[in-house]
Order: sequence, then structure tokens, then C-alpha cells
Amino acid sequence: MKITEKEVRYVAGLANLKLTEAEIAKFQVDLNGILEHFDKLNLADTDGVEPMAQVLFDAAESATLREDAPREPLGNTAALANAPQPGAGYFKVPLVIEK
Amino acid sequence: MWPGLARLDRLTIGPQVFNLPYMHNMDIPTLSIDSIREGLLGKQFSAAELATEALRFAEAENAKTNAYLLFSPERALEAARRVDERIARGEDPGPLAGLPVAVKDVIVTKGVRTTCGSRMLANYIPPYDATAIQRVEAAGGMILGKTNCDEFAMGSSNENSAFGAVRNPAAPDRVPGGSSGGSAAAVAQGTAAVALGSDTGGSVRQPASFCGVVGVTPTYGRVSRYGLTAFASSLDHIGPFARSVKDAATVLRAMAGRDACDSTSAEAPVPDYAAALDGNVKGLKLGVPREYLKDLTGETAEIFAQGIERFRALGCAVREIDLPATEYAIACYYVIATAEASSNLARYDGVRYTMRSSHAETLAEMYRNTRGEGFGAECKRRIMLGTYVLSAGYYDAYYLKAQKVRSLIARDFARAFREVEAIVAPVSPFPAFQLGEKVDDPVAMYLSDIYTITGSLAGIPCMSVPAGTTAAGLPVGMQILTGHFDETGMFRLAEAFERKRKEES
Repeated sequence: MKITEKEVRYVAGLANLKLTEAEIAKFQVDLNGILEHFDKLNLADTDGVEPMAQVLFDAAESATLREDAPREPLGNTAALANAPQPGAGYFKVPLVIEK
Repeated sequence: MWPGLARLDRLTIGPQVFNLPYMHNMDIPTLSIDSIREGLLGKQFSAAELATEALRFAEAENAKTNAYLLFSPERALEAARRVDERIARGEDPGPLAGLPVAVKDVIVTKGVRTTCGSRMLANYIPPYDATAIQRVEAAGGMILGKTNCDEFAMGSSNENSAFGAVRNPAAPDRVPGGSSGGSAAAVAQGTAAVALGSDTGGSVRQPASFCGVVGVTPTYGRVSRYGLTAFASSLDHIGPFARSVKDAATVLRAMAGRDACDSTSAEAPVPDYAAALDGNVKGLKLGVPREYLKDLTGETAEIFAQGIERFRALGCAVREIDLPATEYAIACYYVIATAEASSNLARYDGVRYTMRSSHAETLAEMYRNTRGEGFGAECKRRIMLGTYVLSAGYYDAYYLKAQKVRSLIARDFARAFREVEAIVAPVSPFPAFQLGEKVDDPVAMYLSDIYTITGSLAGIPCMSVPAGTTAAGLPVGMQILTGHFDETGMFRLAEAFERKRKEES
């Protein structure tokens, strides 16, 4: 097995994902199958090959920058319109630090 | 799938449309950009009348496919009013005047709910419009509604939608493909003249092939992704579906070009693609990747071979080429796409985007439970995989290695385009499969993306154009790929192919 049940639980913790016991068992099998396929990558000779993080094309160095001009912001009301629990102009969350 | 959410609450067009007078001289499923323009300028109908009829037709037909998740009649009628006003003032109503457009529900629409096919965003109402939406409406397009898709565009069958599967209009027991299945089905069914989709690894081309319509993935950077819900940012594209190459080309032109809101959008000039479609592709050199042919079988292989003969009959010189890194493409794509997805989907944490678990005492519990309850199985699987390949100790072995392999794949294409002007290839190893047939085998589902992900990884323009149908009546597409920013060359080949096929029948 490429991935143990313990590792599945660890990764779910990193991803902040609550999984049921059934999901943990299923994902261990699924991830194992997919990771076995990923082993193919080791067969590729990539000595001296640059990693490709983005599709590149010829452009001026400033091409990704927009004019530094002030714009109307979204505004507090619109920004909070989809908040599950807005309050006093903020996003409310459960208590983070005990007093 | 979530049985409790099988239907959304806004699948009706409402009295403001229902009470308008009926027009009986419109054949909605056959409309094209040119025929609409002619009808509008010739005063055969107004844009408001067309919007009304199109909405009525779409609502009446939707139960057959579940292609739309929601209709936006207010928005369509408002766009129609602007077109009618321009015509009344004697102005040009725009290149997409009065065009009924469906939009994949991963592209945000101001004030119109955008779910991404997810329980997580079942009630999300975006505060802004995607740039592509702004441009389509500025050109005179009318947004009829939002279409079903795999959750956060993750899937190849549309079965990963939280709001139910979509049926293929050509065969109701089969999938429409994915992830833009609703958009492809709407255009095939005739309930939209064109539709917008998104393509990360084949999500426009594969459903276009399965449903028998044209589907285009432009060059990476050609169309702004501002307002496209991020899945895998180095691979995401917005692209159009249409019933003809010309309509797809016209819609792409209207959406394309630099946008200050997307720093990855390209400055490159946008040519008039439709004006270049003259049917003459004589003498063009085309390549067929040897690696794509070795596992192609059955009717899909036969239809592909007939397609190659069609290109030869058009005067093209077709020969085999090599794309040797193809064998690593699936692994490369699923490492990169899931890594980026795990990062992009981190924002759905119960704080900002509508859904929050009601079973949580602490902040950490709130994050975990919201995500556990909100995401469907495929999203969770990909978040897990992406988190794993990025985690300490594995980054170099998977993510960095995959990025290097991606360079090899891009180099293969660059080398090929020094020898040939375009590449022609199959879209999928098989036509539309049965609903439920592949849901239990994620690896098999991933492997079926082999012919579309290579173009996505290289960031080159690629499209599917209908090539034929199997004995059972299932559509099969032909894929055409060209070099960066050569959409013109791709459209010219596709249109000549389409024209030739029409002559044959």
C-alpha cells in the first residue's frame, strides 16, 4: 500500500476535512490506486528540465501589471452579504481563544 | 449526489415572462448568430420577444435533461431591452445581438445564484460579474440561466453535481460528459444558442464530443478568468459551446482579450476569427499523434479514420507525429490539478461563503465539519490527493516532478508545430457512457481524459468539432489543436471540416 490509514487521517487533518470512517476506508483504496499510477512519473527523464509552473508566452515585462489607479471597493455590505454569520460589520466565527 | 437537493427552487421563468404574448414564428433550436441578427434588423421579431420564447422553450424542455439549474429571466429581458433600444436608435446592436446564452454555474453572475454544482454554494449570490459575462452582455448576448456541472468542475460525466446528473440529449440513459455537461446539453438540445463552459483538462471538449456540438478551449490567457471560480489556476480556461464553428468563433472573439482584473490574461491582439473562415485549407500539414492511436478502438477509431480521410479530401497533408511524453500526461495532470485545487478550495471554510456547519463548538471544528458536510465525494478525493502531493516529504517527488514533466509535454507540442500547422486527434477513447457506469472507479474515469489533458497542460488552443455518430446514434467529435494564439488556424480547419461533412450528408 502506498498510503496507510494513519496517513489518510493525517492528510484529512491538514486539509481541514472531516471524513467518516467509511470515507477514510474508501479514500485509502482510491488514493492508493491513483498514487500507484503516479509512479509513472518516475520513468520520465527530467534531468536539467525546468519546472513549468505557468503557461508562458512572449509579453512585455509590465504586461501583468494594471494601472495603479484607485477604484470603488466592493463595500462592507456587499462583502458580508454571503456571510453565514455577519455581525457588527464583521464575519463572526466561533470563539478562537479562551479568556 | 444529494437527494435532498435534487432540484433547486428557481427552475421556473416566472409570470413576467409567462404573461407576455406568444410568438409562433421562431424555431428556437435552429437559431444562429446570423439568423438572429437578420431577424432583429429585419424587424421580424424583437430581442424581448426572442428572449421570452427562448426562456419558455428552455423551461419546457429542461426536465428532459436537467441541463439548467436556474433561469435568469430578469437578466435576459434586461439585456434584450438594451438590444431593442440600440436597434430603435439605429445603432449597431452588437456582434452577439439577441443571442440566447447559457452559462456554466462556475462563472459568477452578479445577483444570480452561482452554485458551482456544490452543496457548499447552494445559496451563494455573487456580488460581481465575471469579465466574460460582462463582455458577452456588452456584445448584446442574453443570459438565459445557469447550467449544471460537476461540483467545482471536477469530473468527466456531470454525475458529481450536487443537484443531480444531466442526461445526454442524444441518449437519455447516458451522460453528457463533463464537467460542463449542462452547457453542452443545452446547446445540443437547442435550449441555448451558445453556452459558456470552463475547461481545465477537457471539460469543454469532451462534453462537446459526447453531445455532438462544437466546444472550444482557447489559448491559456486568451479569455480572462476573472469571475471563473478557481479550480486549478494554471490550467483553467473559459470557452464557448455552439452548434456551428462560426458561432463559437464569434462568441470567443467577443470574450477574448486583455483584462486588468486577470494578470494571466494576454495582451495579444484578437483577430476576427469568423471573417477568416473561407473553407480553403488546401496544402495544410496536419499531424496525428502516434501515441493517441495505439489504444483507440471500435467505432470511435472508425469515425476518427473517416475524419482523417475528410481532411485529406480537403487537400491537407496528414502524417503521423510523435508526442512521446503523452504516457506521463495523466499522472502529470492529476498531480498538478489536484494540488492547485486543494489550495483553491481552502477558501470554503464556513466563514465567507454562505454555508457553515451547525455542528461545531470551536473554530477548528467549524472548518472541518463545514468542509466535510459541504463537499461531495469527488471534491474530497481531489482535496485529499492534492494535499498529500503537496505535503512535507512528497512535494519534490510529486508536484515538482509533475511540473518538470509538464515542460516535456509542452516541448513535444512546440517541436510538433515546427513540422505541422495543426494536430488532429480523438477527443475521448469512447462515446457517451451509461449513467452510473463509471462512478465507482475514479482511476478509470481519470484515464479517460488522456486525449484532452495534453493540450490543457501545454496551454494551446484546442477544440472538438462533430465528426460523426455511432450506429447507436452517439456523437463523436474530432479534436483540432494549434500553436499558442493560433485560434484562427484551428477555426479554419474546423469550419472546413464541418462544411465538408455537411456536403457529404
